[in-house]
Amino acid sequence: MGKTLFEKIWDSHVIAQDEGAPAVLYIDAHLVHEVTSPQAFDTLRARGLPVRRPDKTFATMDHAIPTRIGAVEVDWPEDAATQVRALRQNCADFDVPLYDIEGDIQGIVHVIGPELGVTQPGMTIVCGDSHTSTHGAFGALAFGIGTSEVGYVLATQCLMQAQAKTFAINVEGSLGLGITAKDIILAIIAKNGAGGGAGHVFEYRGPAIRALDMASRMTICNMSIEGGARAGLIAPDETTFDYIKGREFAPKGDDWDRAVAYWRTLQTDEDAEFDRELTLDASSLAPMVTYGTNPGQGVGVTERVPRASDLEDPAERRSLQNALEYMGLSEGQPIEGQHVDIVFIGSCTNSRIEDLRAAAAIAKGGRVPAHVEALVVPGSKAVKAQAESEGLDRIFSEAGFEWRGAGCSMCLAMNDDKAGEGKYVASTSNRNFMGRQGPGSRSLLMSPIMAAAAAINGRVTDVREIL
Amino acid sequence: MQPFTTLKATALPLRTENVDTDQIIPARYLTAVTQEGMGDGLFSWWRYNRDGSPNPDFVLNQPQYQGSEIVVAGRNFGIGSSREHAVWALNQYGFRAVISPAFADIFYNNSLKNGLLPIRMPEDTVSQLLDLIEEVPHTSISIDLPSQTVTVPGFDGGNAASDGSWSFEIDPFRKQCMLRGLDDLGYLLDKEEQISAFEAAASL
Ligand code: SF4
Repeated sequence: MGKTLFEKIWDSHVIAQDEGAPAVLYIDAHLVHEVTSPQAFDTLRARGLPVRRPDKTFATMDHAIPTRIGAVEVDWPEDAATQVRALRQNCADFDVPLYDIEGDIQGIVHVIGPELGVTQPGMTIVCGDSHTSTHGAFGALAFGIGTSEVGYVLATQCLMQAQAKTFAINVEGSLGLGITAKDIILAIIAKNGAGGGAGHVFEYRGPAIRALDMASRMTICNMSIEGGARAGLIAPDETTFDYIKGREFAPKGDDWDRAVAYWRTLQTDEDAEFDRELTLDASSLAPMVTYGTNPGQGVGVTERVPRASDLEDPAERRSLQNALEYMGLSEGQPIEGQHVDIVFIGSCTNSRIEDLRAAAAIAKGGRVPAHVEALVVPGSKAVKAQAESEGLDRIFSEAGFEWRGAGCSMCLAMNDDKAGEGKYVASTSNRNFMGRQGPGSRSLLMSPIMAAAAAINGRVTDVREIL
Repeated sequence: MQPFTTLKATALPLRTENVDTDQIIPARYLTAVTQEGMGDGLFSWWRYNRDGSPNPDFVLNQPQYQGSEIVVAGRNFGIGSSREHAVWALNQYGFRAVISPAFADIFYNNSLKNGLLPIRMPEDTVSQLLDLIEEVPHTSISIDLPSQTVTVPGFDGGNAASDGSWSFEIDPFRKQCMLRGLDDLGYLLDKEEQISAFEAAASL
């Protein structure tokens, strides 16, 4: 029997497999950020160990840093500054390359990894961050780890892992006007549940996936974790190779040709079998919006919030009731027309240049109402510079959006970018958990164009009506 | 890490599904550069009112559940962020085990690396166990890792053995690590030869 893409990458990275023990998996690239690494570097210090492969380790700062333009480090909150200083110290002490906020290359770790060409097909990639799944868009096995494991990888470049099961997600058909990768992934999670992928690695397949550009593929793989999966994969193809070619860490010359020849083999074999399978028709999708407090609680914009009486499972019913109470929404209400207070366009899900271009096209010529606060936070300095060279910052500013520096920002509200108590946030990020975007904040997850439309109208809008 | 062998303790009933790690420990506690201080942030959205006073309606603040060392929760416990801070927070508050019908993968792994035992039990049993500890908060639950059993005397929960015990699954390697308080680092460092050989072959 043939192998799945996951099995091919897995098998080529298992360096030891003792009887009765998990496999020892070699890690090709390790991404590090300020929040989940300090305690791991301390472990190394305590045991007197070096970083084994600083050349396979890449650090940046993204989670805690302010994104307000002109925010100077001396004015940062003390705790953010402490974490940033700790990262600098750790990188200096252990020779780890750091993409510092002071330099030209910095941003959300899952945006800059691909930008630099660090992310390549067939690799194993880890980071102390669950959205490491993003890098699976390149056909790399990429997953989030805890801080203990960050320490193991720093010290040994290896992890002990139980082999995941495989889960094929077939996306048939093609996307209609106004429907995006974000809608595909939100629909998958709505269908399969927030815990539905536990223990599995998703492989997204089918014509609707093949037709996507890399930014869109990253959006989909990014939210694999919201579907409960360990990782998400998309087999590499010409779109992938074109994206990587010429980037800083991409192979060059003969190495490039050899690499591409190898990358072409990274496909699930015809006769390979998956443990589970799910099929979705992209042609049938509407723009998605979440109404609840987990990413599986989403509906098409033309649909209504479900009623508890529609649900059979008592746990689901309870979950829905709790969510609606928190969200201040009613059973059976249409989601379209729901007012919004804040709009956040950003995060490792949707802060790439393609996302900003699409959102700007909707924002152009419109005007955000005075009672709505709208933020646009590019994923990296490179995205910011590119957007500015295309004049997107001006389009946003003229429409009443605030233009920011690169970082995680209101995706997790670790810095000053917090939504207020009870505020409705139309957000392009990946998590609508209680309080995720600020104490008492109420997130409505959606695509960048849907968020831009919500900003201009001050309420959830079916973007197809204005396209 | 702290070894885990057996535990006899009362439990906190958390009748909620999809408890994500942002609920277990919100982002504002992640600015620490050490593991300390996480216990204060445990379940902080639920535990404190917005003015910082304790919320008396949340089970963690109720007198009958003080001193409990086991969390019993709905399915998909620990979804979301990979923050190991969630496990540190549970540990530092005094919890040693979590019982749920299903866990998120990263949380499950992180727990095993910190001596916090995650126990999967069938949904029906967990639901009845929640009924029981809500009704009789001082119910004592015994967890025995060597024999992989949870025992609640006199509770049948639908499918227990006659002595009120259930068996649970755990990876045999992880079980040994928990019993002996070992993390993965020693094991991985012992693989130096294989690691070097792999690196040499890969650089050809
Ligand atoms: S943008 Fe949000 S989800 Fe992505 S890495 Fe930053 S905090 Fe995590």
